[in-house]
Amino acid sequence: MPSAEPALFAAQALACARGGRLVFEELSFALAPGEALLLRGPNGCGKSSLLRMLAGLLRPAGGRLLWEGEAVAADLPAHHVRLHYVGHGNAIATTLTAEENLAFSTELLGGTGEHLAAALAAFDLESLASSPGRFLSAGQRRRLALARLVAAPRKLWLLDEPGVGLDRASRARLEAAIGAHRAAGGICVLATHGDVAVPDPLVIDFHG
Amino acid sequence: MHFLANPLRFQRIADAVFPWAAGGAALLAPLALWLALVVAPPDYQQGEAVRIMYVHVPAAWMAMFVYLCVAAGSAAGLIWRHPMAEVAARAAAPIGACFTAIALFTGSVWGKPMWGTWWVWDARLTSVLILFFLYLGYMALHDAFEDPQRGARAASILGLVGLVNLPVIKFSVDWWNTLHQPASIVRLDGPTIDPSMLWPLFTMMGFFKLFFVAVLVLRIRAQLAERRLANLRLGAEGRA
Amino acid sequence: MMRPLLAVLRRDLRLARRRAGETLLGVLFFVLALSLFPFGVGPAPDILARIGGGVIWVLALLSVLLSLDRLWQSDFEDGSLEQLALAAVPLELVVLAKCAAHWLSGGLLLVLVAPLLAVLMAMPAEAMLVLPLTLLLGTPTLTLVGSIGAALLLGARRGGALVALLVLPLYIPVLIFGVSAAEGALMGLGGTAQLLILGAMLLVSAALAPFAAAAALRLALE
Repeated sequence: MPSAEPALFAAQALACARGGRLVFEELSFALAPGEALLLRGPNGCGKSSLLRMLAGLLRPAGGRLLWEGEAVAADLPAHHVRLHYVGHGNAIATTLTAEENLAFSTELLGGTGEHLAAALAAFDLESLASSPGRFLSAGQRRRLALARLVAAPRKLWLLDEPGVGLDRASRARLEAAIGAHRAAGGICVLATHGDVAVPDPLVIDFHG
Repeated sequence: MHFLANPLRFQRIADAVFPWAAGGAALLAPLALWLALVVAPPDYQQGEAVRIMYVHVPAAWMAMFVYLCVAAGSAAGLIWRHPMAEVAARAAAPIGACFTAIALFTGSVWGKPMWGTWWVWDARLTSVLILFFLYLGYMALHDAFEDPQRGARAASILGLVGLVNLPVIKFSVDWWNTLHQPASIVRLDGPTIDPSMLWPLFTMMGFFKLFFVAVLVLRIRAQLAERRLANLRLGAEGRA
Repeated sequence: MMRPLLAVLRRDLRLARRRAGETLLGVLFFVLALSLFPFGVGPAPDILARIGGGVIWVLALLSVLLSLDRLWQSDFEDGSLEQLALAAVPLELVVLAKCAAHWLSGGLLLVLVAPLLAVLMAMPAEAMLVLPLTLLLGTPTLTLVGSIGAALLLGARRGGALVALLVLPLYIPVLIFGVSAAEGALMGLGGTAQLLILGAMLLVSAALAPFAAAAALRLALE
């Protein structure tokens, strides 16, 4: 039965099959505004698949996703514009500068340039703004990918191992960004190996 | 549409269809050959060589027909996620490719006495050759991925793209051919067909159709068995 | 609606400009491969002029084919394709924008150097106008149709070799009408009908190819 505060984003009995093999099934959760969901477990257990499924990139083998009680699958384009997905790839063109990369990602996601400076500042990228992507280190690229989150505001953040390659200071910046997002009523789903601290999350533990 | 989606139900229908198709093909084959090789009259222009037509023309028709089947299966697989449709399309493609190869081969054998050369860029032969390439592309794409599901879906998209293109290809090849070829030479699609040639042609066509259905059922069964085997292996690994 | 598409267009053109060497490779192939023909068939001007239109069209087609892996491969590898799929506009339109950028930095260059090649093939002076015109109408279709094949092969085991098998049969109609339009006009037979058909093929492929390519891209992202 629906509770007093209805879930903004919910999954009901999701199942995932890859290459004819069942990766997980009967996975359900319900997230209210401001909540975070932490996915934990060893490699290859389906965390990334679940995130892709939540992003609408991968079709569930069973079950369904709901946003404000409406089936997500009924209107995928509407779902796409309410979410951020940061996967393993950083989506950074090596010949574009950091700022050009970020400006493009933002415009592509339908954002305007107004938050660009704030996004660069949030991940301490101002000094790198005009360096080409190929000169950025792995951690700097990751920060640039994460800066999209701030540059184009969207309700639902789906982060796959966002802390990979980040130093402690950068992780703190990421944690701050997630905190601000949640405080503004956003939802965050992230897969981590425990390197990013998120206060009182819901947790799903995957077993290999 | 989902009536056939269940492999078990499919298996039952296939079991019922198979003996009729295989038996009918076995009966029609000698009859069609006898009609084509003995009963049918030699052509006043082409002589005995016209008898190759009784294999060539039905093979070319079948090449087209099977491609339509593949495309229909692809569409059903993509639109309704119909699992058996993908299996059927995949099973049909190599059969169609064989019909296409037969049409090309017989066309070439017919061309040697008629045109004095093994290959002429005749409109029909050229279209069949392009169709053969489409089949090859479809089958190669099917096998190009580690994940068979991915290969099946990619090949389905290609099958539909090919279907949209077929009439365009046919039209453009005909255009190109009339542009480059003098009209007096004997065309492979022939002027008009005499009624005495129709019966052998239709009998052969019936044989090809039944043969196709029988082989298709065999190939689908083999694929289902293969898939079950793979699932069992996966399951065994999972438990181990 | 337009902003994200213009962003894609701008970004891809900028990328093409910054990797100019790679972009120009297709044009270089076009010119180099053409210069092989006099060695292959002899330098007699009448033979060269006779086969010129067909040779230039075939080479343009192969040049587009070679450039197709530039379309999706790097976006697929670095994760940009996911962002394109999650853009604020439908993926079908993104495909159209990507193809437009790809053509502007590839096919258009072929159109521009075609007159030079017509001269090398000893073709009559009208060819310097007629050939580029047919290429102008035909090469965008090649890019659009090719984008489907390239998208289907993302993540495949032997993508590079397969793309020719998938795409070349679909290119044949464009080749036929492109050459026929050029030769018809040069021989004074008129090539308007062929040009109209080329234009029709462009419109139809612009309307349909994005759907097929977007379906293929979504499949690659699963």
